[in-house]
Amino acid sequence: MNPLLKEIYNLYSEKRATLPSFSSGDTVVVHVKIKEGAKERIQQYQGVVVQRRNPNTNGETFTVRKNSNGIHVERIFPILSPSIDKIEVIRKGSVRRARLFYLRDARGKAARIKEKIGK
Amino acid sequence: MSGIIGKKLGMTSIYNEEDGKVIPCTLIQAGPCVVTQLRTTETDGYTAVQLGFGEKKEKNTNNSLIGHFKKADTTPKAKVVEFKDFSQKVVLGQILTATDLFSEGDIVNAVGTSKGKGFQGVVKRYNFGGVGMQTHGQHNRQRHPGSIGSCSFPSRVFKGLRMAGRMGSDRVKIQNLKVLKLIPEKNLLIISGSLPGSNNSYVLLQK
Repeated sequence: MNPLLKEIYNLYSEKRATLPSFSSGDTVVVHVKIKEGAKERIQQYQGVVVQRRNPNTNGETFTVRKNSNGIHVERIFPILSPSIDKIEVIRKGSVRRARLFYLRDARGKAARIKEKIGK
Repeated sequence: MSGIIGKKLGMTSIYNEEDGKVIPCTLIQAGPCVVTQLRTTETDGYTAVQLGFGEKKEKNTNNSLIGHFKKADTTPKAKVVEFKDFSQKVVLGQILTATDLFSEGDIVNAVGTSKGKGFQGVVKRYNFGGVGMQTHGQHNRQRHPGSIGSCSFPSRVFKGLRMAGRMGSDRVKIQNLKVLKLIPEKNLLIISGSLPGSNNSYVLLQK
């Protein structure tokens, strides 16, 4: 990678500083701005972070998995997107891998994530 | 037309603050370029501006080029390109930067040399469909061109018939790219979309 590409990443360094630190396994609430005609409102989307991709670049995204009325939904957010109002971390999860795709096949007790306690 | 020589540094993405969408973009080191020669109708039969970009060691430059650069009072340049009918007034030895020619929101064309793909078949090179089926008696010719013409008339294969061969390394122009951002201190341009060629290859930006 060319070091000058950092110049473009630095355009968003202020926004990046405001983001909370979270990783896969954490439960987050994403406040998404939604435009309906001229009006803008904020919708909350709560779920478990399944993965973070392309970290520390402008194209960084994270995937949030949630159960919506009995159906599991995975939604991908660009982390620096202007349509994200804020991200709240409500629970830290203790997991052993970076990508939690096993949650898709896991049922019942296997689909739980332990809370991370300590430091 | 006016233009500048640049170097493709790599791709990334930025965000449209209004609708929140991601815009894929390319970072370009655009200039600084030096005017190394002015072609005029009296001496050359056409008008053009010759620009030089990138540093080159003097020991790797032949004597005739060293003399050429000395006329413009500069060091040897790695890439020298002529731009016909330059719309901006320039003088010999003048240094052109990205800010002299471009501003945010401009529409530009980019010219570069595409990545070489080597010897490729017609499916990749010309988007032929291939045979389409793997069963029903099909032998081992799934990605072949098929017939290349009729039989006793015309008894030959027409010129220009698309066949397998070398692909890529072509001069490619991409039109109507938008200048999204300009970083004047470092002569950096962010341009929407992709550009031909690999990273660190030369591109011409025309306006």
